Amino acid sequence: MRKAVAAPYLVWMAIFIVVPLGLIVLFAFTDSSGAFTLDNIAQVGQYAGVIWRSILLSAISTVICLVLAYPLAFIISRKQENQQRTFLMLVMLPMWMNFLLRTYAWMTLLEKTGLINRLLGLIGLGPFQMINTQGAVVLGMVYNYIPYMILPLYSVMVKIEPHIIEAAQDLGADNISVLWKVLIPLSKSGIVTGITMVFVPAASTFIISKMLGGGTNLMVGDLIEMQFLGNAYNPNLGSAISLLLMILILICMFVMKSIDTEEEMEGMLL
Amino acid sequence: MAEQYIIRLKNLTKSFEDTRVLKGIDLDIRDKEFVTFLGPSGCGKTTTLRIIGGFTEPDAGDVFFEGKRINHLPPYKRQVNTVFQRYALFPHLDVFENVAFGLRLTKTPEEQIQKRVAEMLGLVNLKGFQTRRVEQLSGGQQQRVAIARALVNHPKVLLLDEPLGALDLKLRKEMQAELKSIQQRMGITFIYVTHDQEEALTMSDTIVVMRDGEIQQIGTPQDIYNEPKNAFVADFIGESNIVDAVMPEDKTVTFGGKTLPCVDVGFEPGEAVDMVIRPEDLKVVPLEEGQFTGKVQRVIFKGVHYEMKVLDDTGFLWTIHSTICEDAGQEIGMRVAPFDIHIMKKMKKRRKKSKEKAVSGEAVSKEVEGKK
Repeated sequence: MRKAVAAPYLVWMAIFIVVPLGLIVLFAFTDSSGAFTLDNIAQVGQYAGVIWRSILLSAISTVICLVLAYPLAFIISRKQENQQRTFLMLVMLPMWMNFLLRTYAWMTLLEKTGLINRLLGLIGLGPFQMINTQGAVVLGMVYNYIPYMILPLYSVMVKIEPHIIEAAQDLGADNISVLWKVLIPLSKSGIVTGITMVFVPAASTFIISKMLGGGTNLMVGDLIEMQFLGNAYNPNLGSAISLLLMILILICMFVMKSIDTEEEMEGMLL
Repeated sequence: MAEQYIIRLKNLTKSFEDTRVLKGIDLDIRDKEFVTFLGPSGCGKTTTLRIIGGFTEPDAGDVFFEGKRINHLPPYKRQVNTVFQRYALFPHLDVFENVAFGLRLTKTPEEQIQKRVAEMLGLVNLKGFQTRRVEQLSGGQQQRVAIARALVNHPKVLLLDEPLGALDLKLRKEMQAELKSIQQRMGITFIYVTHDQEEALTMSDTIVVMRDGEIQQIGTPQDIYNEPKNAFVADFIGESNIVDAVMPEDKTVTFGGKTLPCVDVGFEPGEAVDMVIRPEDLKVVPLEEGQFTGKVQRVIFKGVHYEMKVLDDTGFLWTIHSTICEDAGQEIGMRVAPFDIHIMKKMKKRRKKSKEKAVSGEAVSKEVEGKK
């Protein structure tokens, strides 16, 4: 009975996940005529700079998201319940709008003749080059992905009883000690989830870098897109880059996961 | 003179939103004393404790610690530690690290930490639990860890916020005795919050009875039990018969047309008062020997005594605790010695119908089970 219920999902997963993955692997190791080759993998090496930039920019974005979201999630978690709901809704409100539209909005804001530069012009500053910079890409990623950092952090922090924090203060912990010795250890699983949920999509994004980074700040996502949809049409190379990106992300996730479960593992061994 | 008091509270007031939780608390606490704040929920006892601990600031009034005003001193700078109601142990640390938490913050040398934590775990009978995770412990064990964690810093005052509330009766009794002995061995001040009158009577040197943000009475357990200042205290501490009565003259009280001799003086002639008689002070006598009479309504066996509910002709339902058992329906006489009648000024406010009172432990009665 159970098997029968699960069957449609298995078929779904086979068609839309396993088969495409298999195709990517197949494409990555074949040339346009379908013969086995390692050329595609070898070619990925010349894009090392782009891959490095992707990882660097998404890592910076992830750190900024964490630093901004952590205090915010904590503050929300200490509010009364109905206020918590309001704040969470405000956090999620931008997500009701399409991702592309939000990014377009930033384009018009950051342009040379955009709103920000015009406002700065009124007080005699600028205009500044804001769009088509790495900073703009980071800003776009932070803006788009920060809810994915706030939500998991909030959900672990709301479970930390106020008494626990008071107990730490009572035993002589100032605010910094409370943060390092109580809050961070107790919210570790939220931190790990948040980092994963921001870093993974940030590392593979292509719209944000294309729209806010101009042509000069390519990321892996853009590179892959170009191989499939752009002028450089080469699905074999695109598959090879995708494969590498997937492996890199899997490694990152594995590392994060092991940080998260370390503690529980220790507990289980004892 | 001031040095004999470790903590002095001066006219503390506190409101949460529109509710006035404390309405002017004045209290002096002597060093090495076991003080209990006793009262129903919402009486302000926990708020007072939190003000001493530094977790809540009073709206007005002052808190003095060894003569110094500490109103705005944050909790981590106070020589006061707290045992929280639901223990509040650190779930990410084992037993040893929970207890060592305060010592690590003060950068105590490692061998000192080892020694003092071991000493404290010994004190609370948790030797050998060092590496256990706190969620693996029972409620009683968690409570012991919380006590050890608070005491390891050698505070001058230990605050305990209903620490035994979540434990079962037998364990609670054990812990009461243990807490009292820990307090005496450590020689420090304990401030204990509870709504359980029996707990307060068992452990305290001084009981502070609170109600609606005001102190009703401060005294030793004996004072509070034997000489309650008003009907609320009498009712809250142990059981009481509280009857509307009138004092026509000194040492005489009348109620329901009967006149009884008593020992109280100093009331206005004809003043309306509350007459309080403890259930165990009412003697069951043959009908014709009684100062007043009534009909037994029901009898409940309570272990050491019977509890009888007796209805008199004015419609008042008396509670009597006696080793004599009379059958329901029986007419009996009742007597009370003059010094067992307590006359109190009428309370300004009407007493609330619902009183929160800890259900007396030994009671093996259907009535008690019914209430639960």
